[in-house]
Amino acid sequence: MISVRNLEKSYGRLKVLRDLSLDVTKGRVTAVLGPNAAGKTTLIKCILGLATPDSGAISVGGVNVAVDYRYRESIGYMPQKATFPENLTAREVIRFLQDLRSAGHDYDTTLLRDFEIESDLNKPLRSLSGGTRQKISASIAFLFNPRLLILDEPTAGLDPRSSSKFKDRILQFRSDGGTVILTSHIMSEVDELADQVVYLNAGRVAFEGKPREMRERTGTDRLERAIARLMEEVVK
Amino acid sequence: MKVTRHILAYEVKDLFRSTWLIVYAAFYALLTAGLLYYGGGGRAAVLSLINVILTLIPLVGLLYGTMYLYASRDFIELLLSQPVSRRALFRGMYAGLALPLSAAFAVGVLVPVAMFWSTIEDAGSLLMTIISAGVALTLVFVAVAFVIANVVEDRVRGMSIAIFVWLGATVLYDGLILYVVNVFSEYPLEIPVLVLALLNPVDLARIILLLNFDISALMGYTGAVFERFFGTWLGIGLSSLALLVWLGVPLVLGLRRFRVKDF
Repeated sequence: MISVRNLEKSYGRLKVLRDLSLDVTKGRVTAVLGPNAAGKTTLIKCILGLATPDSGAISVGGVNVAVDYRYRESIGYMPQKATFPENLTAREVIRFLQDLRSAGHDYDTTLLRDFEIESDLNKPLRSLSGGTRQKISASIAFLFNPRLLILDEPTAGLDPRSSSKFKDRILQFRSDGGTVILTSHIMSEVDELADQVVYLNAGRVAFEGKPREMRERTGTDRLERAIARLMEEVVK
Repeated sequence: MKVTRHILAYEVKDLFRSTWLIVYAAFYALLTAGLLYYGGGGRAAVLSLINVILTLIPLVGLLYGTMYLYASRDFIELLLSQPVSRRALFRGMYAGLALPLSAAFAVGVLVPVAMFWSTIEDAGSLLMTIISAGVALTLVFVAVAFVIANVVEDRVRGMSIAIFVWLGATVLYDGLILYVVNVFSEYPLEIPVLVLALLNPVDLARIILLLNFDISALMGYTGAVFERFFGTWLGIGLSSLALLVWLGVPLVLGLRRFRVKDF
């Protein structure tokens, strides 16, 4: 589904991604993990075309992302921070995005119903809480029936009930054949959702495999411990 | 173009709900009404209005343009994750910001001028010229703001640069011209002064306004030189053309930067 080859990206003198290569398999949930400033968000931004790599190539569904922006039709994205125009209502923002995507879509509004936020959709976004905005952002990611979901720390601002519903929806999406890339610092969530784990450190892939393989390699029984051990190994 | 239109429509909706834009329009309405009421629709009132326009529009265009872009950064990120070209997004955002600001200014001036229509000398021409010059300045300085906000990542630095550009274009530049005229007073200065005037959009707008109202005695050195050199109509044509260049260049620079910018 996604192929990343020899990706390099610097911001000024700071090298963020170094010769990073990665494959994301269709129909799986891949968690991109790593300490702060490991390059997780930059990798996601390169896949989305929000940041331009210095060198290397990325293709999504066989399309080179540097050449044609329309590959994003198949992507639903939930950013780390849910920021919307304050004077508009959520319904207006959703309609706006629908207009941008042009007609001919069936819209998936399951999450809007599951989160029970339909009554909030007509309120100005400035009056909504951070959690409600996060729910709107999550619902938007699913809205256009994507084949690929990119979720950057998706449950960070959600209450346990909403977080649980959201995770159920992600698993449903995967069982329907969808592909997911997510970043998270919540290891229980990664354990619950991820089929594949990619551990980044200083812009390089330090580990790639199944969560079970990561636990076995580090000799621990919990993913959180495995990650902590991996971090220590890398520091040494 | 469809995508650009959608972005434009959404941004217009967002801006028209902001109290700030209403305050901006109301300010011009009150100012124009006050000047026309107390100045009796004569040249003194028109000149005062021109001076405020020449100072305030660049400031608002620069500050509001940079602030809006910095504040919208996360939402721009979300929009860029949609199947939308950066060119279409840039066009839509620029038009969506510059047009409501221009409309607020135009309505602010239009309403009081319509109210005092019979007391104003040559009201139709006054209205046309002031609104055209104000709209042109808004378009130019919002475009300059788009360059600043797209090139400078740091919000505080970007805003400081915007203020500095405003200060330069409205205050320091005239000082520079006067300095040049003073220092080189023994040399023929028409051509250098003309070139200097073409390099500043505020001077260009001033020249257009003052040539149009035929108040050469009050139009300052650059205006006087312009009129002597080109005559009224060629002067207005040339300044308008130079203003168009002033609009095109920042837009091209801003778009070029926006197309490769990392979010």
